[in-house]
Amino acid sequence: MNVLTISKIRDGTVIDHIPAGKALEVLKILGIKSGSRERVSMAMNVESKKMGRKDIVKVEGKFISDEELNRIALIAPKATINIVKDFEISRKFRVSIPQRVEGILRCPNQNCISNDPKEPATSEFRVEELNGDVVAWCVFCGKKVYDVEKYLV
Amino acid sequence: MSRIRHLISIDDLSKSDIEYLLDRADDFLDVARGKRRLRTLEGKILANLFFEPSTRTRMSFESAMKRLGGEVINLGTLEATSVAKGESLADTLRVVEQYADCIVLRHYREGSARFASQICDVPVINAGDGAGQHPTQTLLDLYTIRKEARLNNLKIALIGDLKYSRTVHSLIKALALFNAEIYLVSPETLRLPEEIMDVDVTFVECDLKEAIENADVLYVTRIQRERFPDEEEYRKVAGSYRLTAEMLENSDAIVMHPLPRVDEISYDVDGLKNAVYFRQAFYGVPVRMAILSEVMS
Ligand SMILES: [Zn+2]
Repeated sequence: MNVLTISKIRDGTVIDHIPAGKALEVLKILGIKSGSRERVSMAMNVESKKMGRKDIVKVEGKFISDEELNRIALIAPKATINIVKDFEISRKFRVSIPQRVEGILRCPNQNCISNDPKEPATSEFRVEELNGDVVAWCVFCGKKVYDVEKYLV
Repeated sequence: MSRIRHLISIDDLSKSDIEYLLDRADDFLDVARGKRRLRTLEGKILANLFFEPSTRTRMSFESAMKRLGGEVINLGTLEATSVAKGESLADTLRVVEQYADCIVLRHYREGSARFASQICDVPVINAGDGAGQHPTQTLLDLYTIRKEARLNNLKIALIGDLKYSRTVHSLIKALALFNAEIYLVSPETLRLPEEIMDVDVTFVECDLKEAIENADVLYVTRIQRERFPDEEEYRKVAGSYRLTAEMLENSDAIVMHPLPRVDEISYDVDGLKNAVYFRQAFYGVPVRMAILSEVMS
């Protein structure tokens, strides 16, 4: 890590092993956008033995929720999460792809009941990892989604 | 087998579930023909909720329910209902389930039947949701095949519109469980979509003549006029997928069709022993009797 120019954080979350180019999506999931007050550092297209190239995101003062973890797993199934307390890693784990997600993805099928604004239907997908990629199926209409980041709510 | 509570998609059924339901349909054959009386669903009420007209499917469910001694209530014309006033499907379902022991739903939105099964305490049977599933049609097709030909190691030709026919798509999924060999006969523009071919069966693309020579079952579907930019193009295509008595002269293959037909099967086929499409329509009744008694027992 010494090649990185991004600073250490005191308390917060480091998300490593994000597929190259997906860091901005991760920030979006964490609700970080222009005007946000969190201190964020990020590295894109960093060399990685395992992945070739990868992105890293560090957020000071932020401890990630389960809901956010589920979302990150959908676009970065190999991501590792480090929770940092007082400059030390207090917890380190990999994200795991949830088998089912509710209200996180929108169904691409316009005629799906889950897209009818009149109905109290929460979108629901079964999720599976296929050769390193995440595939999601709409529980209602059966539509398969391969490019999940396009359909994150 | 696992008890079937709702019938939403053919994918929810295992091979043994399907075989069980078809066996049960056998038990109801005489009752469906009106030769024997049964009152097993006496006192039960079925609600037919058809948000899209499909008179035959609705009547077939109605016949099945009444043959078992049950009663049927209908939604009536949509213009006259609360739906016209903008009521959600969810609210309609919550009200209707107060009146009935089972709901048969046909709706134009895909996934509506699954949604209904989450909302309702009474069993829900999917009678077609948009371009989605229509599992009772698939079951009656399978029943016809088993009765009139054989289900295991079957050679079946699917003829006509293989792109948009959901009947064909569900049937392929189900036939994959029974080791079928499937011949595909369709115009270039109406070929079977790749994603449907993602099942464990052998597909052979061929012409109508080859299909007649090889298959045990010829499953014909309608080629719709509106799929073609001009009338002339449609006529040319539709004409070359039209089955006639002459073509079936030396064939024992049975001819099936989900009906209604337009002119893809010539009327001179009706008198041949090959023609089973009207019996196929009848088989919908015992099959639906099996389903209704299963979910309401
Ligand atoms: Zn859907």
